[in-house]
Amino acid sequence: MTTETPTSPPLLRLTDISMSFGSTQVLTDVSLEVRRGEVLCLLGDNGAGKSTLIKIMSGVYQPKSGKIEVEGRPVTFTSPRDSARYGLATVHQFGGTFPLMTIGRSFFVGAEPEKGFWPLKRFDRKFANEVAVREMRQLGITRVTDGDRLVGGLSGGERQALAIGRAVYFGASILVLDEPTAALGVKEAAHVLRIVMAARKKGIAVVFITHQVTHALTVGDHFAVLIRGAKAADFRKGEKSREEITDLMAGGEAMAELEAELDAYENAHEGHAPQIA
Amino acid sequence: MTSQDERGARGRDGAIAVKPSAPPRFDVGGLIRRPETGALIGTVGVLVFFSIVGGRTFLSSAGVSSWLNVAAELGIIALPVGLLMIAGELDLSVGSVLAASSMTTSIVSGNWGMPVFVGILSGLALGLLVGAANGLVVTRTRVPSFVVTLATNFSVAGITLALAIALTGSTSSSLSAGEPAKTLLGSLIGGQFEVAVIWWALAVAVVGWLLHVSKYGNWIFAIGGDLESARTMGIPINGVKIALYMSSALGAALVGVIQAILYNGAQVAAGQAFVFNSIIAVVIGGVLLTGGYGSVVGIVMGTLTFAIVNQGIYFSGWDANLASLILGLMLLAAVLMNNTFRRMALSYSPKSKPVEQGRR
Repeated sequence: MTTETPTSPPLLRLTDISMSFGSTQVLTDVSLEVRRGEVLCLLGDNGAGKSTLIKIMSGVYQPKSGKIEVEGRPVTFTSPRDSARYGLATVHQFGGTFPLMTIGRSFFVGAEPEKGFWPLKRFDRKFANEVAVREMRQLGITRVTDGDRLVGGLSGGERQALAIGRAVYFGASILVLDEPTAALGVKEAAHVLRIVMAARKKGIAVVFITHQVTHALTVGDHFAVLIRGAKAADFRKGEKSREEITDLMAGGEAMAELEAELDAYENAHEGHAPQIA
Repeated sequence: MTSQDERGARGRDGAIAVKPSAPPRFDVGGLIRRPETGALIGTVGVLVFFSIVGGRTFLSSAGVSSWLNVAAELGIIALPVGLLMIAGELDLSVGSVLAASSMTTSIVSGNWGMPVFVGILSGLALGLLVGAANGLVVTRTRVPSFVVTLATNFSVAGITLALAIALTGSTSSSLSAGEPAKTLLGSLIGGQFEVAVIWWALAVAVVGWLLHVSKYGNWIFAIGGDLESARTMGIPINGVKIALYMSSALGAALVGVIQAILYNGAQVAAGQAFVFNSIIAVVIGGVLLTGGYGSVVGIVMGTLTFAIVNQGIYFSGWDANLASLILGLMLLAAVLMNNTFRRMALSYSPKSKPVEQGRR
């Protein structure tokens, strides 16, 4: 785009994205942008529209209106492969890998390296294993040295590293991480956050989707909060405190109301908090 | 790469410097990780057992040929059925495909007197056709393959019976194949070993190459491991599945043709035993019923185990009906053992232990 600021256009920009399924409005005029070497944290409670937005970015859904630009060029993603062609890679919560395949094999699924001549072309296991281990090592996973190990034997963080390493190796410049820390323990989550930092350092634009404010604050440069399908806030690192963000995510007043309700309940029940299912 | 993160990881682990040097290529972990380890134990076990119980005749060439012939016919079907299972699908239609192809070859070249190669090609083509139909229905409708291929098994059996009666007025047909068909498909080497043993060996080489050496094996494992991920990673899922159904039906058709030529004829009711026997062989061989895990060596071992038990019983002097009992128990034991080995394979990480201790 020629009307841009002197700096280069953002790697990925969504403008006024709206989406509905039947009569249900899921996203309303959501605009986001993320630059090279930057982590954009997309925060939102369950049902805020995060998953729909991810699916739009990864080409699973086409938005009803709005536009998507990659490096300033307008694009439409008609399939996941389409979105991958523009350098977007989506990594899901469990890494989207194959538990009973070896690390090297699963790293190259669908893009197998081959050696030899047709019709006797062979899967290049040695190369695959070396690359997979090397890419994981570059993301700080030093515990994995054998590409013949099964993916299912890796920890949650290591699987994320495998998936992220794969995306980076195959030229992803924009990583969409869907709740990468949600299913992990504290230590593993810290590991994944380190991997995110490592990816950022490589100049990759990261869209980090989460509902864990602490994790977001640790790695984020830029934050956007989704509430009921609309962007409720957009701010940079250091502009808002943890409490403010949590309040925002829960819908501001709603949180205050809930707290008042809880207080009232506790008073009425001799200090016992209500039971949470 | 000397990023801060990596140095951090190294610093914390600390133990990287003290970890043992690379272990030899063939370590315990490598063995445990293999899907066929359990199957290998099973095969050696039954072989030793029946060698003792069955006496010297069991290991004579007559004895070996009795179970190797059974293994060869079953193996030609079990290999592609195993591939399908690794890709997460079942094929219960191999029984009727075998009978239909066998009858086709016999009717075309026997009753109608056409050249035998026309009969053979018709039989094999029929198999490919049924396989393609199975694959198309499974991939298009997403009805579980168990149901689709069970329906095919019944439908094809029905068509075969009806057509056989309509065309020949009988449920069987006779065929006397000339040379070279007889030598290539239906002869006994040394008067004992079916030529099918060689076809089986060829199939092992081809399927082994496909699954473990070529990139297509990676596709099959990925499809059985996680269908949706495989799809997003660009693997032509439907094409692979249709090709696999065609190959399992082709395997069944080949055995049907071999039987027609070897036994000089065909019957409409032949082959139904292969439906479950092939699944038993594959599962004993360490293939995961739900897909994503298995090996060709394992399938071969499972096939041999099945054949040894099935035939060994006749050498033991016991009631032959006990063979089914033994096979049933073995199937259960094999699944339990394979589950254990798979769990060990998942948790086994040869080099992590010293590092983890270093962390504490």
